[in-house]
Amino acid sequence: MSYISLSDQDKKEMLARIGISTTEELFCCFPDEIRLKRGLRLPAAMPEPELIWHFEALAAKNAAARYPSFLGAGSYVHFIPSIVDCLAARGEFVTPYTPYQPEVSQGTLQVVFEYQTLICQLTGMDVANASLYDGASAAAEAVLMAHRLNGRARVLVARSIHPHYRETIRTYTKNVGVTLDGIRAGETGAIDLDELAKKLDQDVAAVIVQSPNFFGCIENLEKIGQLAHDRQALLIATVAEAASLGILEAPGKLGADLVCGEAQSFGLPPSFGGPSLGFMGCRKEFVRQLPGRIAGQTKDVDGNRGFVLTLSTREQHIRREKATSNICTNQALCAVRATIYLETMGQNGLKEMALHNFHKAHYAADRLARLKGVRKKFSGKFFNEFVLEFPKSIQGLNGYLKGKGIIGGLDLGSFYPELGNCGLFCVTEVHKKDEIDGLVRAIEEGLR
Amino acid sequence: MIREPLIFEISAKGKRAFALPKLDVPLEKDALEGIPLRKEIADFPQVSEVEIVRHFTRLSQVNYCVDIGFYPLGSCTMKYNPKVNERAASLPGFIFSHPLAPEDLVQGNLEILKRIADSLSEIAGMDAFTIQPSAGAQGELTGMMLIRACLEDRGNPRKIVLIPDSAHGTNPSSAHLCGYRVQEIKSNRAGTVDLDDLSRNMTEDVAALMLTNPNTLGIFEWDIKKIAEIVHAKGGFLYMDGANMNALTGICRPGDAGVDVIHINLHKTFSTPHGGGGPGSGPVGVKNVLEPYLPVPIIKQSGSGYTLDFDRPKTIGRVRSFYGNYLVAVRALAYMLTLGPEGIKEIAEIAVLNANYIRKSLDKDYDLKYDSPTLHECVFSDKLQKAFGISNLDIAKRLIDYGVHPPTMSFPLIVPGALMIEPTETESKRDLDLFIEAMKKIAGEARDSAELLKSAPHHSYVRRLDETSAARNPVLKWEGSKTS
Amino acid sequence: MYPQDFYYSQDHEWVQVKGDRALVGITEFAQKQLGDVVYVELPAIGVQLTVHQTIGSIESVKAVSEVFSPVSGEVVEVNAELNTSPELVNQDPHGKGWILRLKIKNPADVQSLMKAAEYEKFLEGLAH
Repeated sequence: MSYISLSDQDKKEMLARIGISTTEELFCCFPDEIRLKRGLRLPAAMPEPELIWHFEALAAKNAAARYPSFLGAGSYVHFIPSIVDCLAARGEFVTPYTPYQPEVSQGTLQVVFEYQTLICQLTGMDVANASLYDGASAAAEAVLMAHRLNGRARVLVARSIHPHYRETIRTYTKNVGVTLDGIRAGETGAIDLDELAKKLDQDVAAVIVQSPNFFGCIENLEKIGQLAHDRQALLIATVAEAASLGILEAPGKLGADLVCGEAQSFGLPPSFGGPSLGFMGCRKEFVRQLPGRIAGQTKDVDGNRGFVLTLSTREQHIRREKATSNICTNQALCAVRATIYLETMGQNGLKEMALHNFHKAHYAADRLARLKGVRKKFSGKFFNEFVLEFPKSIQGLNGYLKGKGIIGGLDLGSFYPELGNCGLFCVTEVHKKDEIDGLVRAIEEGLR
Repeated sequence: MIREPLIFEISAKGKRAFALPKLDVPLEKDALEGIPLRKEIADFPQVSEVEIVRHFTRLSQVNYCVDIGFYPLGSCTMKYNPKVNERAASLPGFIFSHPLAPEDLVQGNLEILKRIADSLSEIAGMDAFTIQPSAGAQGELTGMMLIRACLEDRGNPRKIVLIPDSAHGTNPSSAHLCGYRVQEIKSNRAGTVDLDDLSRNMTEDVAALMLTNPNTLGIFEWDIKKIAEIVHAKGGFLYMDGANMNALTGICRPGDAGVDVIHINLHKTFSTPHGGGGPGSGPVGVKNVLEPYLPVPIIKQSGSGYTLDFDRPKTIGRVRSFYGNYLVAVRALAYMLTLGPEGIKEIAEIAVLNANYIRKSLDKDYDLKYDSPTLHECVFSDKLQKAFGISNLDIAKRLIDYGVHPPTMSFPLIVPGALMIEPTETESKRDLDLFIEAMKKIAGEARDSAELLKSAPHHSYVRRLDETSAARNPVLKWEGSKTS
Repeated sequence: MYPQDFYYSQDHEWVQVKGDRALVGITEFAQKQLGDVVYVELPAIGVQLTVHQTIGSIESVKAVSEVFSPVSGEVVEVNAELNTSPELVNQDPHGKGWILRLKIKNPADVQSLMKAAEYEKFLEGLAH
């Protein structure tokens, strides 16, 4: 099966106009020594029914998609309203190009403008871009942006930020003269404010924290912001679980200068990690250093309102090596999904969904912490994720749970050696009470 | 014409579009104490489901898209996005998989990641691929970081990256992000890399040459083997920007021509949808010499199945969370399996046929700066039309009136007033002829009724927009009732 | 068209010398090339510049151009009006669209610049 739309007659006429007799002549400029002289060693073409059966068989090998799961750690299961899939599947949203010709792209541009507005409303920032790849690369871009803004070369990175985010920040900053310094988490699970205060000095460009952090704990952004600003450093707040913005105060109102994170919770399924949706917003005065595409409002020659990609001189296609980032293609369709999701949930729905996450997670944490040998590791306040400590590594326990058709919490031993007996659990609005009760019962049995 | 308001303009208290089940666990009122809570999300929309459906449906209808018509966008490869790929990528077994689930419960996903990497290796002639980069630009950055890591391992990362003057803007910005200074290499009269300029600039201070092949003029760098020799002789690496892979599939493999590292755009060559600006995917392929540095984890296959290998001491680290834009990779694999080896070769054959048909049909109407044979795209310019005061922008905007999306404009920079046209292999002759006819009519209008072009487009949802005000006084979000 | 008492650089900047002060801007040709100016990046007061050092940049919608210092000196004043009205560079590039004022370090620097007639000839040469 191919998607060629030429008939035999068409090909004849086209070859004739060009003045050749076969398509082979079009490749005459290729040196013979680099021509591929055999067929590609790939599976034979599969007609559609065969292809679908093939992929269904592959999908069936993913039992994880069928079991109730209590994993979070940067990828979250939330209920996606039906109109999200239905509207986002429209060919007019799926198949257009980047809106560089605004006259024929007002659909995408207006949705992006609404998306930017929603992100600003949720984060308390003045300006947001049209999306970045994911929360991890968004964090890296934010760190680079802070460095560009004040020229300072050191960035303090909370160890309680998602390990993938920290690794990505490290990869991006390695070759541009920015050094990273880790700040550990304290007893409560939140960042150690004393260590932070000690390490803050005039060389620090920014402090970056995640809230709720990787352990699920809510950080004291206001205090952290004060400490940072006292030394004229910037506060970057990153949010891995965007659903938390439904009830938690906007980081911008608590002192954050840049807010970035992952918006997968807004209408995207876990998808084995991608595609995802990085977001980023900043204060008005920083806008010229903001990476990524931005849609702006304007008028056309008839005076009608319209939207365009703007402030393009920040970007790679104009600034080239002096650009704020090399990003070109971003995650536009994911931003469309998030916009539909947020507008559907609305003011009240988003808050209610977040409260369901909160209460169900606290119910689960309470019941689990009452089991013999299990205790809540951190005393800090949390949203929908929490860390429990067990008598030993939960590797065996998770194996037991798997046998019962349940995916338990994340074994933290591989990420944080000092938390080798701990598990990170996530509960969202999709977990029914009896599923949570089932988990508690199964863990109780498994620990015996 | 109904002008679609912003959602905030139709929002009002009391409307809702979604209801949640009753909370089935006890409320923990005290647990909320001491947490900084928001009172409400100021100005957040409150609308009904019907309003949302109509809002987005109407907005979708003012978007041009591949499903509506032709996009002659050079270097973008706007080919048809097969719907069976959407169906495959929507299977619950894929979309509900958590990326950190136990490996034995996600064998289907791991298998797909391995198979797409292997298939890309076969098509590009490389030894290994990583699917982690989320787009071409991120792939470029990854590729340059691999080169740097290897050179550092050898004792000297070097300082400079050579980039042809016809290169896409992401090339220099990616090199810069990697800590390299950029040195431009001139194109010769034929439009290809000037070998003398390359030899002069290729020193032991140069880490790599970033080459696009065919280049952004659609011309095949026929000296690629010689180019590779010049670069390798001084211990440098040859990076290939695979954005134009559509001209090469099954015909020539970059790995066979001396390329050490390449990125591929799945949302170009492998038919995954552009989505109005992403999500894309920019897998990076390498020869064995660079394999140890690939982003972590890599997918390994053993007797018992597939596994994630994190034990990679020389890795450059991660460029993003988890494994990449996974569902985009699923679509690309579905596409490769649908086409099979012959279908994949046909991509290049017909893409080049379609492009040359357009070139031959328009070469009397528009100026072609370079004479050399071109493959899947060609670059005209507005030189002939400039005589009447018409620029490529005017031509582009007038095309909209003819129901076609404009071609890529003003790029590459070495062709002033450029119009880069790439039809791809999925266009029908009828659509190609409609485009050719429109371009011919416009060339005539440039001569006889220039005003029509200067004031175009006339029939679109919005007409020419004031981009100057948008940049001078940016309005980047809805400002609330103040603006109404 | 091009003021007789100005000096001109090959990068299309102009200089008007008054005592030990130099007023600097970009020429009519340069503003036309750029198109509608949307933003001007100005240097800070007190910055020391050498000949051909980057002063800042001028952005239009689709392009950005670096501005180079035609003479060496210290920045003593910048045209703050350009922050709110960048279009002055287009409307009056040789007058209200001035960019900065330098205290000249080396008066001999102006000798290597072109006078109006020379600059106009230079522009003619570019057209071919």
